[in-house]
Formats: sequence, C-alpha cells, structure tokens
Amino acid sequence: MSSAAVSLRDWLLTDTPASQSQAAWGRRYRLWRDFRANPLAMGGLIVVTILVLAAGAAPLLARADPSAQDLANRLAAPSAAHWFGTDELGRDVFSRLLYGGRITLGMVIAVVLMVAPVGLAIGCVAGYAGGVLDRVLMRVTDVFLAFPRLILALAFVAAIKPGVSSAIFAIALTAWPPYARLARAETMTIRGTDFIAATRLTGASATRIVFLHITPLCLPSLVVRVTLDMSSIILTAASLGFLGMGAQPPSPEWGAMIATARRFILEQWWVPTIPGIAIFVASLAFNLLGDGLRDVLDPKQR
Amino acid sequence: MGRLRTLAGTAASVPITLFGLVLVTFLIGRVMPIDPTLAIIGDHAPPDVVALVRLELGLDRSLPVQFGIYVLNLCRGDLGRSVMTGNPVTDDIAHFFPATIELATFAIIVAVLVGVPLGVLAAVRQRTRVDHAIRVFCLAGHSIPIFLLGLISLLVLYAKLGWAPGTGRADVAFQGMVPTVTGFLTVDSLIAGDWDSFWDALAHLAQPAGVLAYFSMAYIARMTRAFMLDALAGEFVITARAKGLSPLRVIWRHAFGNIAVRLITVLALTYAGLLEGAVITETVFSWPGLGQYLTVSLLDADMNAVLGATLVIGVTYLLLNLLADVLYRVMDPRVR
Repeated sequence: MSSAAVSLRDWLLTDTPASQSQAAWGRRYRLWRDFRANPLAMGGLIVVTILVLAAGAAPLLARADPSAQDLANRLAAPSAAHWFGTDELGRDVFSRLLYGGRITLGMVIAVVLMVAPVGLAIGCVAGYAGGVLDRVLMRVTDVFLAFPRLILALAFVAAIKPGVSSAIFAIALTAWPPYARLARAETMTIRGTDFIAATRLTGASATRIVFLHITPLCLPSLVVRVTLDMSSIILTAASLGFLGMGAQPPSPEWGAMIATARRFILEQWWVPTIPGIAIFVASLAFNLLGDGLRDVLDPKQR
Repeated sequence: MGRLRTLAGTAASVPITLFGLVLVTFLIGRVMPIDPTLAIIGDHAPPDVVALVRLELGLDRSLPVQFGIYVLNLCRGDLGRSVMTGNPVTDDIAHFFPATIELATFAIIVAVLVGVPLGVLAAVRQRTRVDHAIRVFCLAGHSIPIFLLGLISLLVLYAKLGWAPGTGRADVAFQGMVPTVTGFLTVDSLIAGDWDSFWDALAHLAQPAGVLAYFSMAYIARMTRAFMLDALAGEFVITARAKGLSPLRVIWRHAFGNIAVRLITVLALTYAGLLEGAVITETVFSWPGLGQYLTVSLLDADMNAVLGATLVIGVTYLLLNLLADVLYRVMDPRVR
C-alpha cells in the first residue's frame, strides 16, 4: 500500500536508498534541484537548448536558401519577409544565422571532443606518474600556455591555410593545456586517498587505476571547465572568422558575416550587428550555464 | 628558505619555456605549405632565381641547422625582414609595440577603477539583486565579441553622437607633431608640453581603451568578489566589526587591505590577457599597434612579421605570468 503511494520525488530523495542506482539518481536529482534554483543558469540552459535545436533544424526553420542571392533586394531592413533583413547580396540574414549556428556549434563540439580527452589523459597520467614524466608533460603544457590563445591560433592558421578545419585544429592546439593542468591537480589530490591505496593493494595496474578510478572523479570539474570554455571557443572561432582566418565567405559563419558586412555599419547597422548579437547570446548562454554548473558541481569554488 | 627555493624553481623553468616558445614559433614557420621563397619573389620567377633565394634563406639546410641559425639570429635581435614594409621585423615591432602598450595600460587602469569597486560591492551585497546584476554585467563583458562592441561604439559614439573622435591614434592635424621619445603619444605630448596634442591623443585613446577595459573588467571584478567574500568571512573582520568600526572602514581598510596583494597578481594576468584583446580592438579602431601589424601581415602571408609579432607577444605574456607568480610568492606571506 505504502510503496504505491511513494512518489517519484520521495523515491529520489529518500535517506535510505535500496540500490546503488537509486542513490545515484537521487544524487542527480538533488544536483538538478540546486541547479534549477539558479534563474541565471536556467536561462543559460534554455538558450543553449534553443540554439542547439535551431541549428539542428536549420533546414526546416530557414525561410530561404542561405546562399540564394536577390540583388534587387539587398541590405533590406528587417521585415515580415526577412525577419533580420538581407545582406549585401540580398541573402536572408535569418536563414544564414541558422546555418551559421551549425558551423559555430560544430566547431565548438569538434574542439571539445578533441581537447577534453587529450587534456584529461595527459593531466591524469602526469599527476599519477609524477617524476620525470610529470615534469616533461607539464613543461610542454607550459609552452602552449605561454601563448595567448588567439595569437597562437592566428599564427597556426596563417601557416596552414585559412578555413574551418584549420581553425578547429588551431583552437584545439591552444585549448588543451588548461584541461591538462586541471586534471593533474585533481589527480594529485585523489592519488593519496585511501580508496586508491586499497585498489592498489588489490593488485590493480596503474593504467586501470588512472582510467577507471581517477578519471571519472575528474569529470565534474572538467564538465564545468568545458562549458565555460565553450563560450571562449565561440569567441575565438568568431574572432578568427572576423580577421579573415577562419571560415571563409560565402560561408555563413557568424564572424565571417560580420567581417564582410562591417563596412555597412554606418548606414545599414543591423547587417553586421545581428550576427554579432548571435555570437554574444550564444557565448553568454554558455557562460551562464557553466557558472551555474560550477556552483552545483564544484561548491568549493563559489 | 622554502619560498626562495620555489622562486628559484620558477625562474629556472623560464628558459625552458622560452626555448619551447621559440621552437613552436619556428616550427609554425616551417610547416606552412606556402613556400617562403615564392612569397618574396612571386610565382613566376625563373628556377635559378628560386634556387638562389632558397640558398640565401638557408632553406637548403637541415631543419635543426635552420633552427640553430634562427636562434642565433634571434639572439642578435634579428627576426628577418618584413616583405610588406621592407623593414627589419625588429624595427617594425619597436615602432608599433608602444602603441599597444599605451592602449593596454589605459585599458587596465579603466578596468581596475570600475572592476574593483564592482567586485567589492558584489561581495558586500552577496546574493542580492545588486550581486546578480553585477554578475550579469561582468559576464556580458566576457561574452560580447570585442569587435562587435568596438563596431557598435563606433556607430553610436562616433557616427551618431559625434562624441568620440573615431579611429586612429591622432587627428591628421596632429600627426607627427610631437617628437617621439617614449613612443606613448600621451606621454610624448606632455614631454613636448603640447596640450592640444595631449588632449587629442587622450580622446583617441579613450574609446578603444574603454572597449578593451570592459572585456577585462569581468575577470577583475569576479576575482575581487571571490577574494572579498573570503576576507569578509575572516575572524579579523568579525573582530573589527565587534569593535564598532564603521562598515566602510571594515570593508576597505581591513578586508580589502588584506586582498590587495592577491589582486595585484590578478592584474598582471589580466594585463597579459589584454594583449589578445588588443589584436582585435586595434583592427577595429585602425590603431597602429602590434596587433594591427600582426593581422595585416597575416592577410599578406608575411610570415617573418607574423612570427616575430607572435614571439614578442608570447614572451611578453610569459614574463607577465612570471611576474604574477613572483609577486604572489614574494608578497603574500601565506604562500609557502
């Protein structure tokens, strides 16, 4: 009788979980409740969700072909037909923004997928192994940290070839060191704990300890870092586009759109400003989301 | 003693990092698919000329030998010649760098004057509307693309309202009017006693410096807030309050006095970060600094200039980080 009356919420919040998975879900639910209490973070989450959905459904939502030119109707002000107006070739800015979102989010995801595992692996190995290996790996990390991100990316892209894929590689090249540093610091505190000593006593190999026991514990702070970093990746990608080193016109990448429309700032100010606002909104949303996640997942840093 | 030893350890790591920095810059210059000889003499040069130029550039030798020559030249202050300006890159950098330093310095002054009080206010009013508003204001500064802010401020303050003098470092009428001493136009005009030039230079500086300041203020305000929260929770603050000192005195004298050293570290780091923002700000405002030199050279594939500027910015960045580290260790007795 009573078990049927137990709501999902009570099941999640119970002090005496009956199984491992109930405890795990209960913990997740508590985190979610903390997160939900922060309106700024929720705002960030909602905007990020909308951005991802809009970029994913770009072909359905677009009101025109993003590359269809209409020279008779160039630099038009926002109207019912063109919600955000048209650019210097009469292309629909709203549709271009949607497709540009795919490029921007795609670049962000590509960079994160490359960088987070590499940084995590390097940091955990360096932190656990210590000694010479640690010192060598950290020296290499220091060298890449010694360049301002955008500057190294610019030089790197200039050396290969301006374009989206070189921009992704260049940003990845400059983005991994902080992850390695973070993972190393976490690993060094975890390394000395009793449960790792116990695992070692059972005969677990170093590889097993690092990848099965230490890496998962580094994940929460890594997630926070990744989310906050996404905003900076968006800005770097847009800056590369703006400086002519990232995605190349006629690609509807947001930074490149501003670069080509820049000269219209005085008369048709909305043409360069609207993609800029898109960059701003995306970047702010990731910052708010990351900020909220940090408060929940990493209360030490509050 | 422990402190001195860690300091020595930090100092010892600098040459290694510096070496890595030079190596990375060198390698970037060598991986490029664009043949540097073609950038100099063009696509249609006869083969014997190409061979001659390759010999002159030392491109026929092995990579380690080339690197050795590169380092030797570097020690003599030789970064090669810029294809675009025709000058040695070292001279170009010496010419353009002061403008960047002037811009970044003014930006950080503005950022501190606004960011520190905001951070303190946010900490004192923790978890109130004031705190949230400051948080959003600062996060916005950190999220807005600096070129958008620059373009909008040009549109509003210069084109629409006419309050700002627009792009560049000085009006045409004032260009080359004061003799170059330090390379900082504001300082040079003061040395020359030319007040008109000074006000003109300051007016031109204000807008890009303000844009750059907003970008870096976020970090300063956020760290100030975090440090202040720490300090305000300290027992010495409770004691000071219990003694009946005025709230303002407790906040600024007791709590803030305690975090000032840690803030100086933050400032050094922020200043280093400004170099990055300066690249874009300079491009938007046609500010003749190292950042604009870098972006113009990039578009021309002028690799000597690109790598020279990258290296100089990298070294400056490294030194500022080192400075932050040293200041932190030397001045804060809590760090051991």
